[in-house]
Amino acid sequence: MAYEMIVLTNMLIAILFAQSLNLITGFCGQVSLGHAAFLGIGAYTSAMLTKSGLPLVATFIPAMVIAGTIGLFVGAASLRVRHDFLAITTMGVSFLFTGIIRKQDMLGGEMGIAGIPSPEGGRVGLLLMALCLTILFIIVMIYIKRSWMGYVFDSIAEDEDTASIIGIDVRRFKLFAFILGTAGAGLAGALYAHQVRFIGPDSFGFVESVTVLSMVIVGGIGSIWGVTIAAALLSVMPQFFQVIDDYKLLVYGMLLFLAMRFLPEGLGGLTKTFRKDRGQT
Amino acid sequence: MLDVNNITCRYGPVTALHDADFTLEGGEVLALVGTNGAGKSTLVMSIAGHIIPEHGNIVLDGEDITNIPPYQRASRGIGLVPEGRRLFPDLTVKENLITGGYVLPRTSESQRLEHVFEIFPRLYERANQLAGSLSGGEQQMLAFGRAIMLRPRVMLIDEISLGLMPSVIIECYAVLENLRSQNIAVILVDQNSDAALAFADKAIWLETGYVKWQGKAKHCPLLKESIVS
Repeated sequence: MAYEMIVLTNMLIAILFAQSLNLITGFCGQVSLGHAAFLGIGAYTSAMLTKSGLPLVATFIPAMVIAGTIGLFVGAASLRVRHDFLAITTMGVSFLFTGIIRKQDMLGGEMGIAGIPSPEGGRVGLLLMALCLTILFIIVMIYIKRSWMGYVFDSIAEDEDTASIIGIDVRRFKLFAFILGTAGAGLAGALYAHQVRFIGPDSFGFVESVTVLSMVIVGGIGSIWGVTIAAALLSVMPQFFQVIDDYKLLVYGMLLFLAMRFLPEGLGGLTKTFRKDRGQT
Repeated sequence: MLDVNNITCRYGPVTALHDADFTLEGGEVLALVGTNGAGKSTLVMSIAGHIIPEHGNIVLDGEDITNIPPYQRASRGIGLVPEGRRLFPDLTVKENLITGGYVLPRTSESQRLEHVFEIFPRLYERANQLAGSLSGGEQQMLAFGRAIMLRPRVMLIDEISLGLMPSVIIECYAVLENLRSQNIAVILVDQNSDAALAFADKAIWLETGYVKWQGKAKHCPLLKESIVS
């Protein structure tokens, strides 16, 4: 039972993390290759706070605020670049983050932080917290998508130049997506730190950023349900098939390739295809 | 209503527009004519706020709007139908219209949508269709509708007839007539300068960034006599 609970918690954290990137990449069209850095910021913030005696629940807000604030700065700096250049810039953020963490003795340096206290309520408590927060985040995403703001995000994702030409304040919405998305990653990080109870710079490297991006792309950029399913599948896959763990990146790379070739709209696009088929017959 | 006072615009070292200066009242139509690279689009984009002039200022209803960003100008009623229409092809007609009027309060949205559908019944029929699936003429109507969603006081139209069939061009001018009757000031750029000049009240003839001639449209030297009669 304990094993299943760990797998399920991992899955929920992956969903939350992938949705937070979906907000930036899917809703707003901004590709980020450094999203794991914000997971790390949340994880380190939360771990330091619980080690100093705070309960895990009390660290959620600080983890989100710090990740979101740094996200605001990264977002503001990234407003000047787009497309491939944005991808490279955000990739730089990922390397910068691990580079800085490695040199901070206060944060454990290369050794990372071990002995992160077990969350209140143990594994079950953590599972429930992950479940509630993930559902809450998805509800916020659905709300944004269906709200009036959803139209603007759609237009920016489709063509931000045109959006700005017809009088939409594109920068404001991009920054909003960056803040909310990075804060969401910070929240996922807080949960992650207490799930694994040991974090180090390598837990939040470039590979993790690519992994989460592949979840969003396989799920279908901008599709809430597609990304939920893809994140769930891709996060448990290595755990059920221990043998592919070493080849995890290879499998992710292949999935990315297959998704781009056969499912350019990801799993989320599949429902659209089914609907279209039904309409035609 | 709209005063453009001696504006000069530059792209780096290149001056694209020298000292453009005119006044436009509600219900008046100004045609901007001239060859490619004359500075017509530069003038339109500087009024919309996408190019900040180096000298001169732009005043709307007594308020200097020279340095305010495009979205604030949109909320003050400067609507733009950009060159090449620039719709969002993967959004529906209705979604395109909603994004067009986004800077105004949402409470008036359904009323504004209704107004657009009254002018363009065809858009109402296609409200839930993707914009990319519309014909060229319908797309131009949608581009107009998107700008009308702002309840414009000044409407900027860059290349009204580019790539459209003659019958659709006639429809476009009928829409302009409607705008004029609603006391909206219109600034019009058209490759087909005869049609634009025959319709407009005032005209500015631009060449390589300089104002070559300016005055009443019917006196414009570019206008062929046959159309005047």
